[in-house]
Amino acid sequence: MTGTLLVQAQDIVKRRLCGNSLPVQLFSNLQSAETDIYNLLKRTVEYAESNSLLIIGPKSCGKSTLIKKVVSRVKKNENATKNLLVVNLNGYMQTDDRIALDEITRQLQLENTIGDKVFGSFAETLSFLLQALRTGSNESQPILFLLEEFDLFAQHKNQTLLYNLFDIAQAGLTPLAVIGVTCRIDVMELLEKRVKSRFSHRQIFICNTWTFKEYVGAFKDCLQIKVEEKKKKAKWKIFLAKWNKNIDMLSEDLTVLEILEKQFLISQGLSGLQKLLMYPVWLLSNQHPLITPADIEESAKSLFADSKANILHGVSVLELCLIISMNHLMIIHDNQPFNFHMVYNEFLKFSQKKSHILHNYSKAVVLKAFEHLIELELLKTRDHSGIGISKIQKEYQPMVLLVENSQLLEAIGKYPGCPTDVKQWAQSSIV
Amino acid sequence: MSVEEVGLPARQKQVQQLTTLFHHPSHSAVPSIFIYGHSSTGKSVTLSHVLKTRKLTHVIVNCVECYTTSLLFLEVLRSFSSNEESIWKCDNMNDFVRNLRKILSKSEEAVYIVFDKAESLRDRNVNILPAIMNLQELTSCNLCVILVSELPWEKFYNGIGIRDPFIIFFPDYTKEELVEVLCHLQSPDTDLDFYRHYVTMVLAVFFLACRDLRELRHLAEMNFSIYKEPIEKGVATVNDKHKLWKNLEPHLRSALQKLYMREVSSDEWEKLQSKSSETALVKRQNIVELPFYSKFILISAYLASYNPAKTDRRFFVKNAGKMKRTAHSMKKDEKKSAHLRGPHAFPLDRMMAIFYSIVDGRVPPTANIFAQISSLVSLRFLSQIGHEDQIDSPRYKCIVSLEFITNIAKTVNFEIIRYLFDFV
Repeated sequence: MTGTLLVQAQDIVKRRLCGNSLPVQLFSNLQSAETDIYNLLKRTVEYAESNSLLIIGPKSCGKSTLIKKVVSRVKKNENATKNLLVVNLNGYMQTDDRIALDEITRQLQLENTIGDKVFGSFAETLSFLLQALRTGSNESQPILFLLEEFDLFAQHKNQTLLYNLFDIAQAGLTPLAVIGVTCRIDVMELLEKRVKSRFSHRQIFICNTWTFKEYVGAFKDCLQIKVEEKKKKAKWKIFLAKWNKNIDMLSEDLTVLEILEKQFLISQGLSGLQKLLMYPVWLLSNQHPLITPADIEESAKSLFADSKANILHGVSVLELCLIISMNHLMIIHDNQPFNFHMVYNEFLKFSQKKSHILHNYSKAVVLKAFEHLIELELLKTRDHSGIGISKIQKEYQPMVLLVENSQLLEAIGKYPGCPTDVKQWAQSSIV
Repeated sequence: MSVEEVGLPARQKQVQQLTTLFHHPSHSAVPSIFIYGHSSTGKSVTLSHVLKTRKLTHVIVNCVECYTTSLLFLEVLRSFSSNEESIWKCDNMNDFVRNLRKILSKSEEAVYIVFDKAESLRDRNVNILPAIMNLQELTSCNLCVILVSELPWEKFYNGIGIRDPFIIFFPDYTKEELVEVLCHLQSPDTDLDFYRHYVTMVLAVFFLACRDLRELRHLAEMNFSIYKEPIEKGVATVNDKHKLWKNLEPHLRSALQKLYMREVSSDEWEKLQSKSSETALVKRQNIVELPFYSKFILISAYLASYNPAKTDRRFFVKNAGKMKRTAHSMKKDEKKSAHLRGPHAFPLDRMMAIFYSIVDGRVPPTANIFAQISSLVSLRFLSQIGHEDQIDSPRYKCIVSLEFITNIAKTVNFEIIRYLFDFV
């Protein structure tokens, strides 16, 4: 029986971590923002007042979640005389004003659409839409335009869509609410003068002000399940009590606290927490019904792993020697760019004098190894003219190494079966 | 390279990780996964193996094959839609999301979209990558986007900001694991112990230079017939490891010099190896036939590019006398060596002066000679520097390698090494 209960609990928590369900309680710093937006929308619905608003905050601080919650609250309000029509636009999907316009007419189901297809050219659709919106009055249905990734809309040509939306919002005919959500703080600089003047300059800034204690509290909230969420069966209550107790125990465990503190120092937001908890939650099964500190530790290990060190772990010894010679060249020449011949020269100095195992590889083989490193993006050309038909041969192209000295030394320490003379060469300053 | 049978050697941990993430397809799936690791570490093979054996709805799209975004979208939509009729036009992200939502809204089961060679997505329109990483949220369907790439996730950051995926790293194979994988890929009727010993020997030679499974597999297969040859001829038995090694060693050494290069096709390589080792390998490539004077023009261009102008007098003027050996001239600054820095540009007059001094006999300055210069430019042995409008003093640069020019010089009996400043 615990099997299905566990599966149900796992499902609930998984939905939370993927962002598919609204969290039970929103963060405390969003309460005031929530009231503001709710009042604004209420005024649009009840008093036919047109408004525009921008919500600005870093990624994954809860902006979209907040809006969705407020909109559902407004819709549930029985006192509203008219229904609120919601048009959802997203900057990632509507990359052009034409596409955005088609999407708006589609979502509003105006007369020039049948099913999904919108008839007419861009100019026709635009004039039709504007006409439809302008001939409204206080009695028409209020419309909410929700523009996510607002800064991408500001990059369309002439900002036509934004201009028209704000224009109608200001003209006060159909009751219109335009809410933009963005992560760029300088979004006002992106707007043209005429668009900016029609915008109401109402902005709400959201930022995450958690302390470490609140962060641990959020960790618990992510995982703990309140009893009201499901049917009140006794078995479910017992199971949940055990589950919640385990989470409390986890949040007091020292290793877990250490990991949480490290993650908190890197990023305060919820997304880091979600990434950390994903693997432990997915790992739950009948053999492993409770999350243990070891799970979280393993998840943290792969989360905090240095990806460049991982890549360096897998290059061949020849390529490693090339990277070491490049590192030496960068040190000797004070971060000036180098080219392949200089690297090869440096490599020859080492392999002829100091090494016993590296044969004299032919230049062409070394060049192939060099090109493999370029493919792995451990080097990059200094100027972006490209290697194709530029006037410089590929062996003389100036390159820059993208691996730091300390990263390299650490990687060499961990390299499996690294020959000792290579190690010593890496640590010496000059051959 | 396909491993159809169950059992991917040395990849149990990754299979387990993937299986954990794909557990319970009726639940919400992980929004996005990023798999990275060196080439031929088994990423695509493992992923498709896990998806197929668990019978999960999935589509694998190769981003290099689908070089435009509409091809990408169509590939995904076509494989999910059961009827062939509807979708034949989808060129923007909006239509893609709409169509995807329509197709996937019927099922609650998790659906997996795999983008192989995902690093080429970075060069497309800058909105593609963020939108793809957010696909679960945009479509509000239960789908999971998996990106497979050689480069780590930090190379994918762009100016807009992308939602971070769950990252899985496929570590490279160790030497023992490579032996196991290579043995596993052989057909079951070969003697495994024998083959294992052979592969260990091959790895001992090549491991320092190359850890790529594909290349090692190619080398092992090419040289296996040579290894087996003494046994087939009856000269040695399976246990005479030393004799077999001695027979194989020179071939492995010559293969080491030609690693990755594929200068000749595999059949020709085998034919060349089966001849006796005294016959030299014919260098098929890089033999270019040039007219007599063109060769000298090319040689003088090379000398003009790689020698500093002050040393011309010493090399090319007869009876110039000894150069004064001041301390300054003795210090050949290695850093400024042209062979390390690259060729310089030179004006046409200088090259013609060198040309006239190295060619025997009188050469009249006809248009024929000058026309050969422009044909050398179009053959990309010289490159023209500076504006094409400058016709009274054009500047060129010689872009051939030292080996090439030495070969050319040999054909006209010209010792170019004596005239190069860096080798004096």
